[in-house]
Amino acid sequence: MSKTLYDKIWDDHLVNRQTDGTSLIYVDRHLIHEVTSPQAFEGLRLQNRKVRKPELTLAVPDHNVPTTDRSKGIDDEESKIQVDTLRNNCKEFGVKLFDVTDKRQGIVHIIGPEQGFTQPGTVIVCGDSHTATHGAFGSLAFGIGTSEVEHVLATQTLIQKKSKNLRINVNGTLPKGVTAKDVILKIIGTIGTAGGTGYVIEFAGKVIKNLSMEERMTVCNMTIEAGARAGLIAPDEKTFDYLKDKAMSPKGKNWDKAVIYWKSLYSDKDCKFDNEVNINGEDIEPLVTWGTSPQDVSPVTGVVPDPNKESNEDRKMAMKRSLEYMGLKANTKIADIKIDKIFIGSCTNGRIEDLRLAAELLKGKKIANNVSAMVVPGSGLVKAQAEKEGLDKIFISAGFEWREPGCSMCLGMNPDQLKPKERCASTSNRNFEGRQGRGGRTHLVSPGMAVAAAIKGRLSDVREIQ
Amino acid sequence: MKNFTTLKSIPAYLSLQNIDTDMIIPKQFLKTIKRTGLGKSLFYEMRYDDKGEKIKDFILNKEPFNNTKILIAGKNFGCGSSREHAPWALSDFGIKCVISSSFADIFYNNCFKNGILPIKTSEENVTEISEYSIRQEEINIDLAKQEISFGNKSIKFDLDEFKKKCLLEGLDDIALSMDKIKQIDEFEKKLSLNKPWIFSNE
Ligand code: SF4
Repeated sequence: MSKTLYDKIWDDHLVNRQTDGTSLIYVDRHLIHEVTSPQAFEGLRLQNRKVRKPELTLAVPDHNVPTTDRSKGIDDEESKIQVDTLRNNCKEFGVKLFDVTDKRQGIVHIIGPEQGFTQPGTVIVCGDSHTATHGAFGSLAFGIGTSEVEHVLATQTLIQKKSKNLRINVNGTLPKGVTAKDVILKIIGTIGTAGGTGYVIEFAGKVIKNLSMEERMTVCNMTIEAGARAGLIAPDEKTFDYLKDKAMSPKGKNWDKAVIYWKSLYSDKDCKFDNEVNINGEDIEPLVTWGTSPQDVSPVTGVVPDPNKESNEDRKMAMKRSLEYMGLKANTKIADIKIDKIFIGSCTNGRIEDLRLAAELLKGKKIANNVSAMVVPGSGLVKAQAEKEGLDKIFISAGFEWREPGCSMCLGMNPDQLKPKERCASTSNRNFEGRQGRGGRTHLVSPGMAVAAAIKGRLSDVREIQ
Repeated sequence: MKNFTTLKSIPAYLSLQNIDTDMIIPKQFLKTIKRTGLGKSLFYEMRYDDKGEKIKDFILNKEPFNNTKILIAGKNFGCGSSREHAPWALSDFGIKCVISSSFADIFYNNCFKNGILPIKTSEENVTEISEYSIRQEEINIDLAKQEISFGNKSIKFDLDEFKKKCLLEGLDDIALSMDKIKQIDEFEKKLSLNKPWIFSNE
């Protein structure tokens, strides 16, 4: 019988299936961070349970860590306790940890691929909704709750029911200035934040094929913003090239065996998807969000939409609420919206290619007087690579701050936060109310668009500065 | 885990759509290493003003809704972050049942691990039941019968058999999976033969 890529990975991990479809699936890779794991370890302790396979588990603190000098430790008492707790738990249960001062430390979804911990055909979980990022390698990767983290630690399995199959084909080619971030924003804008609920999405089509591995990660990263459990892309030569010689990638004979298996990971020609969506690459423009949901997207050349033109009453109300929170009036030109802060970073756009693209556009230019801007590399290794290439100097001389790696202003659990009513062009993934700080206003954009906004001091079209 | 059988309460209605887990429990409360004590911070940004005073108009600050056990909400409830702090906060506040026309996937699963029953029903039903919030009349939930009753009417809701059983009996699903340890052992044996690189990259 012909199968989708998701079907293949699912079947390959099935430990047990009950008659009602409730299944126990095996987890090959488990990532852990400090915010969603303490209660899970505590649960193990209370029940006298062990971590079944510590060698399949990798831990890193990322959400709480300060992005300023860390040699002096963490000032915030509660953040410190959480990071210390992770360290102690890892020690007690024998789990590998990249600690705060380790140069491999970084955002959990950046370090997995970087180390080769993320591999095609695996089931990868983490107590974090952006785990979908790893789907870029053709793995089934999704976020879980803390009770499930505990379940995985104890049994190396997870109770799941199979999702439905949705394929999103992005066909054709992308116009100049349009990047992977715009592709995924376009997809979310098209199917909505609940459009993927109940599905695992496979991204396919020529545009996806042509993306680099890092760009594919950007696309898969925001799958959760479309409500899907996971998003994945069939692995190909690019995937294998990326993984070759990574620290935790298979070596020698194991590598050859792995590649043979990885090459079988694609959706069969005549397989059936429960649903399919087609998007034309040519139709995608550089996008910006104007509201408080990632589906609230508009081309940078457009205007803030008018809720009064919306026929659905609930949607109208939601739009009005969003615009009020965002301090925006209907029909305002997007390019007239002034910006206070720029944030380049996060597991969506904090990788080396993102920083290269941003630095290239920024070379020899200065940020506008009315903005303050920061770059937070996704990991210590990304930071080191950027410094080796001199990107840090470009950012600093343009007026950006150059920080230590972590989640930072993507969610503002550390001191990097927006103040009430501050408006930010951010390369992160969520523009929810208060996400970047109470009352803070987030416009999601690509790294190029963030640079354009930094230079002009308002939301602007990246194509004008290219 | 505490089991769930029946529930009776005046429901609180939040008509907002796409209530995300950041709204349910904002990030500043995620620094805890415990599961308890989050109820007072539930819906923090909507419930308290800049000075930390309760906003009188917010439904969960008003009698009788400050004691409600049932929340009715707009569609796509619980989207966004996977934080289990969201159901912990709801449960700690006293909410044991959420009714909506749709839920985000991770949140939906997290509820069952914490003795909370999320009920998916049609938008028309949500609108009809929300009347009981406005009129401040009690509604009844019966898990075994998979039934919501209000006034002299009752409606059925769908639920996965396994999830229902776990909730009704308050089962610990780790213990249930531990019972299948032989199967897990066997799976791992096969795995290390077929895909040795999973366990060791050398
Ligand atoms: S960068 Fe943002 S989205 Fe990514 S893991 Fe950190 S907090 Fe979550």
